[in-house]
Amino acid sequence: MIPELGHYALILALGVAMLQVILPIYGWRSRDAAALAAGPTAALTQGALVALAYFCLTWSFVHNDFSVLYVASNSHSELPLMYRITAVWGAHEGSILLWLLMLSGWSCAVVLAGRRLPADILGLVSAVLGLIGVGFLLFLLITSNPFARLVPAAAEGRDLNPLLQDPGMAIHPPMLYMGYVGFSVAFAFSIAALLTGRLDSAWMRWTRPWTTLAWTFLTMGITLGSWWAYNELGWGGWWFWDPVENASFMPWLVGTALIHSLAVTEKRGLLKSWTVLLAILAFALSLLGTFLVRSGVLVSVHAFASDPARGIFILAFLAIMVGGALGLYAWRGPKLVAEGELPFWSREFLLLLNNIFLVVAAAAVLAGTLSPIIAESFNYKMSVGPPFFGTVFPMFVVPLLALVAFASVISWKRGRWDEAARRMRIPAFNAVLALALPWLLEHRGTIVACAGATLAVWVIGATLVEPIRRIRAKAGIPRAIAGMTLAHLGLGVWALGVAFVSSFSVERDVRLAKGASASLGGYEFTLNDVQRESGPNYDGDRGSVSVRRNGASIAELAPEKRLYHSQGQVQTESAVDHNLRRDLYVSLGEAVGDQGEWTLRLYYKPMMRMVWLGGVLMFLGGLLAATDRRYRLAAARHPAPADALTA
Amino acid sequence: MKARYLVPVAILAALLVFLGIGLSRDPREIPSPLIGKPAPSFTLPGLNGQPPQMTEQNLHGRPLLVNFFASWCQGCQVEHPLLLQLSQQGVEIVGMDYKDTDADGAAWLARHGNPYRAVIADAKGSAGLDWGVYGVPETYVLDASGTIVFKQIGPVTEEVWRDKIAPLLGVRR
Repeated sequence: MIPELGHYALILALGVAMLQVILPIYGWRSRDAAALAAGPTAALTQGALVALAYFCLTWSFVHNDFSVLYVASNSHSELPLMYRITAVWGAHEGSILLWLLMLSGWSCAVVLAGRRLPADILGLVSAVLGLIGVGFLLFLLITSNPFARLVPAAAEGRDLNPLLQDPGMAIHPPMLYMGYVGFSVAFAFSIAALLTGRLDSAWMRWTRPWTTLAWTFLTMGITLGSWWAYNELGWGGWWFWDPVENASFMPWLVGTALIHSLAVTEKRGLLKSWTVLLAILAFALSLLGTFLVRSGVLVSVHAFASDPARGIFILAFLAIMVGGALGLYAWRGPKLVAEGELPFWSREFLLLLNNIFLVVAAAAVLAGTLSPIIAESFNYKMSVGPPFFGTVFPMFVVPLLALVAFASVISWKRGRWDEAARRMRIPAFNAVLALALPWLLEHRGTIVACAGATLAVWVIGATLVEPIRRIRAKAGIPRAIAGMTLAHLGLGVWALGVAFVSSFSVERDVRLAKGASASLGGYEFTLNDVQRESGPNYDGDRGSVSVRRNGASIAELAPEKRLYHSQGQVQTESAVDHNLRRDLYVSLGEAVGDQGEWTLRLYYKPMMRMVWLGGVLMFLGGLLAATDRRYRLAAARHPAPADALTA
Repeated sequence: MKARYLVPVAILAALLVFLGIGLSRDPREIPSPLIGKPAPSFTLPGLNGQPPQMTEQNLHGRPLLVNFFASWCQGCQVEHPLLLQLSQQGVEIVGMDYKDTDADGAAWLARHGNPYRAVIADAKGSAGLDWGVYGVPETYVLDASGTIVFKQIGPVTEEVWRDKIAPLLGVRR
């Protein structure tokens, strides 16, 4: 009964979503206030129905209802409860349902927080969000029904993919989808602005925090995904330039450009049509990401199950939504005129540069990701991998790092050279000193490490200039400034981590008998023992490895190799000892020979944590900036104070 | 309407065309540089030394399939029932036990059934290296002169057999 209830809720939600599109548009055309107001009401109703459907699917997972095909394919009675709940998004159908749940969640949040928005804007925003909902509901119901029954019911489930049985994976997809889907709000606001032709600073104050919030979740989602791949895939990498990763990274790059161009549009009334275009592109890339992951058009290490019929559906949806939006942009965009000029050597000019580098970087990633598909259209096979991205990407990151340092020192309208030079003296001095950092920490240097260390210290030092000045002057630090500071610090910390981990990582494959040792990076790894173990739904081998340095004990690591019963799949659980300076990473290979020897893979990865710490700082920064006082005031409809210095 | 505002929608249209074409292709089809070339030479023992020595010469004279498999390989279990069925229909399949021990390989065949006319033990994976194996399972189709005419990466499926391999072997179903 419960699965049918869920299915029924989805069908009802589709009907409501259609009303959510039609009524407000009719209301807007015919100036009918009641029809306009039906949009937000329908959004709330749709949200409740989708939540009910999602709850029904979760219920089926929790109660091991193997008469539901999706549950039988992705769960098992021995699967721990936490993973039965997260298994809902462990495969295609549930992922799309989660996408939809996030969409209705964002829609409800916008409608509830936006009750004081002009009725036509709110109505049109709910209509656009409703249209996206219609697309995804049709997608679910036509090609990917998660409630399809299995007759006769399976006696036992096929279990969740062991790769996904990890806490990092449990929260990574919801975070990522929160971000992906969150860009639909900026998209909807942009469509409303194009339709009404109104794009004023009040519109900005509404769009900005929502966009920042979406970006914040996307940042966290990508960071968690990287952390998960590092721990679970067992080969010590943290970013693979895999199509699925690129699919989340492209919206992030454009989203980052968007939150910066929104700042220019809010403060100076410039770049209006550019901002609207970025909002459309950020959402378009989110949809493209969904297409790439779900259609099977690209082969990736993530290797999700895929189906061409689904690919065709998403492609058609992409064509209608994005094609429609860009068409509307081509028609109405020229009407959004700037309210001033953009002077050289001003904050808005720096932010324009930021936008150019970020968008070109996103275009490069897009080209690298899609070129195999394009080449194939000409019957030519090629693959684009880390060498391409590794060469191209620094070309955009290095100037971004060099420029971000000026973020708070150059003021709007007209920055002053002498003032900037005076304030940047100490950061510049520190950056030069930082050239020695690689020798200090790792006793050798590479160009990448030296450049990275210098740029990182430059960014971190320059970012701290403004908060230090404010603290000295006993002036408060508004959340917007604090958030920007944290996010830019995160970028610096990230750069430092990337420079070190890519320059100084060492790895070694060893074959050890029990009691034997191998050394790597000054550390001695001893294999004490390997013992059989059994978990709730797997059996495995658990190694015990002692790490010593100069005789002193550093860590006891327990890498595992698990064989999951139901799918017969072998899964490596690496063991990592970490601090801010370095990661020591051990993954257990195979038993070899009959002397009780095991193969092990050892890694020394300096400053690995900095990469994710950078992501976490950006996440926290985003949260602070999105909850700045002026947005909370705007929500309460007080006149917002315009602070000339806030970013 | 200004022309430059039309640029994004034009780029989108071009991308959609390519994505649409991409959807109709199978990205797992990777052409092997060895197609049309003679099978690389090797000298290896049979599984458990039966027979003590096999070379590429043993593959000449009739069209056949060379299937790289291993006891530790999941995908091999997926295609195994189909290989058994083909073997019963008289298709000659030669197995290459890739990076495996003789004992494990023999035990695996005893458990799942043996579709192979002969099994070559490529314990170190040296033949796999010469043949350009990305990962097991992989299946090569050789014609009577010992020339590689097709390579399947990943499990052989019903569709691959029907559409790609059977026509090459001249099998009618």
